[in-house]
Amino acid sequence: MNSTLQSLYFLAIRECLTAFRNRHEALSPLIFFSLVCVLFPLGVGASADLLRTIAPGIIWVAALLAILMSLGTLFRHEYEQGTLELMVLSEHPLIVLVVIKLVAYWLITALPLIVVAPFMAYGLGLTADAQGVLLLTLLLGTPVLILVGAIASTLTLVIPQNGMLLALLVLPLYVPVLIFATSAVNTVMMGGSAAGALYILAALCVLSVTLSPLAIVAALKIGVSQ
Amino acid sequence: MSLQLKNLHCYRGHRTLFTNLDISVEPGRVLVVAGKNGCGKSTLLKIISGLRQADEGEVFWNGLSLQENATEFEQQMIWLSHRNGLNESLTAKENIQYSTSLANYTDVNISSILERVGLKGYANTPVRQFSAGMKRRLAMSRLVSKPAKLWLLDEPQSALDKAGIRLLDELIIEHVTQGGAVVMSSHHDVSLTNITVDTLTL
Amino acid sequence: MMKWLHIMASSAWFYRFSGQAIPWLMSAFIVLLLIGLYGGLVTAPADYQQGDAFRIIYIHVPAAWMSLFIYCVMAMYAVIALVWRIKLAEVLLISSAPIGAAFTFLALVTGSLWGKPMWGTWWSWDARLTSELLLLFLYWGVMGLYAAIEDKRTASKAVSVLTLVGVVNIPIIHYSVSWWNTLHQGPSITMTDKPTMPMEMLMPLLVMAVAFKIFYGLSLLIRARAELVEREPQSRWLKAVIEENNDE
Repeated sequence: MNSTLQSLYFLAIRECLTAFRNRHEALSPLIFFSLVCVLFPLGVGASADLLRTIAPGIIWVAALLAILMSLGTLFRHEYEQGTLELMVLSEHPLIVLVVIKLVAYWLITALPLIVVAPFMAYGLGLTADAQGVLLLTLLLGTPVLILVGAIASTLTLVIPQNGMLLALLVLPLYVPVLIFATSAVNTVMMGGSAAGALYILAALCVLSVTLSPLAIVAALKIGVSQ
Repeated sequence: MSLQLKNLHCYRGHRTLFTNLDISVEPGRVLVVAGKNGCGKSTLLKIISGLRQADEGEVFWNGLSLQENATEFEQQMIWLSHRNGLNESLTAKENIQYSTSLANYTDVNISSILERVGLKGYANTPVRQFSAGMKRRLAMSRLVSKPAKLWLLDEPQSALDKAGIRLLDELIIEHVTQGGAVVMSSHHDVSLTNITVDTLTL
Repeated sequence: MMKWLHIMASSAWFYRFSGQAIPWLMSAFIVLLLIGLYGGLVTAPADYQQGDAFRIIYIHVPAAWMSLFIYCVMAMYAVIALVWRIKLAEVLLISSAPIGAAFTFLALVTGSLWGKPMWGTWWSWDARLTSELLLLFLYWGVMGLYAAIEDKRTASKAVSVLTLVGVVNIPIIHYSVSWWNTLHQGPSITMTDKPTMPMEMLMPLLVMAVAFKIFYGLSLLIRARAELVEREPQSRWLKAVIEENNDE
């Protein structure tokens, strides 16, 4: 048992080590996100009211696109190097390995976005309570984006240039998340309560956390059998 | 240990790769799967390893099918394909830790493993800086990092120079004389001193 | 029972059966289509609010029903294909996708044509329209994924997983009119209550719905035969069929 925990711990460390040694690649989602949030005020003109109204949408779309862009290579290195075969053949259940990888991915990719988002929100003129709800939606919504995106990413693993197809596949599943998240923040800005939309986001989060790993494991097994 | 392939059929697209394959692999034997490119050697090895399911027929390990016996099979088997299974951002030592963690067999002496495959002193070098032959040797280190009954090797000689091939042969001979079995696919002729080699040509 | 199912799953049987069924389905479809169109365009009384513009409902609503129905059928094929690995289920799954996409597209276009006179706009981003558009993307995604993967058995497995993941969208579309305040009207025909439409308007609608279902069966069989031949060109049953045709 001790050896198993040790193994799993090392596997988690390995994700962080790899990301750290490829810092530039790991930081691109954050840079993209910040770029979008900074360019929009410059692009649409600095009218404070306009910015405040579209701020939730900007931040959420920027986060969504940033995550989408880096998801295409989620398991690609492992697939091309043959490491994926070792993962499937490992004694550890594949679903555990997948969960470790996804949690590490969330920490490396989504957490920086969530940390930086309040600054962007302030720059776009969101009020304090709206910022709080925005953070909450990001906390609940980014896992859904990552989990659902991982399904599409692993399904398209056997296709070399999977960027466009990946976007097409995730779009139907991303749009509900986007709509509920922005509607939560917008409701708060108009003085209402965000509880309804937040509950639904939480439900989506729970649904994807429980079911996505199964789909991801199925897709990985398909990819490795080639 | 016993590995049995019963009535395996495999199709790829329109082509039939093989049908009615019935083979037994006993301890101490080496089975070489030979044939031209694309004839199904890698596919057969993937089916034996459980990475892929045959269209018909089953693989049996110690009397039980692979699905029933998955954990035991994974523990007693080592898989080495022509892809190295390495993480280029990590050092040699970290890669060994990674593969032993995956195999759940972490009680290993990393320096002696590296020495065995001729990579002494490279423990803390990032794999990115290795030559192709060195990466291959590092991949081969999986063979000596855990005791296993069955080795499944898919084109193990690719990217190896003469010294590397000699090392591979040494490892195989060692493994087989201790009662292990090897199933490998290869383009080249495989000749090992004092070991009987069965060949299956697809 | 299992033997019967296995016979049904065999390609040779399916090819023969579909060849015989297609002419019947074709005739049934044409007859019902004519009855439905006559009923919808001629016999049904004009709506007191919208006049004759509402008649597009006889295409729009059955098409929308089909877009949801076909996806659910695809999900069923996906389960059969993944769990029991039956090739025919894979073939039926991928053959249904373009038909479903076409019905979704038809629903969107007819809806747009109807929307202009009724709401004054060709499009709106309300819940039902958006989720129906997303359904179209789901169909396109299935077709795109299948086309992009070379080995068709792998492609079928991947597409089956994708179909099941996308099933989440179906309840969202169906209930979108109840959950959100939308421009789109609420459901007037449900399984549980009496319909709110008068019988002369309702009958052609139901006839069209049945006609569209038959059309689905018809085009499914035609596509599935083609897909089957493409997948198994070297098989014995196909060679026998070609010989039979040569003998005639």
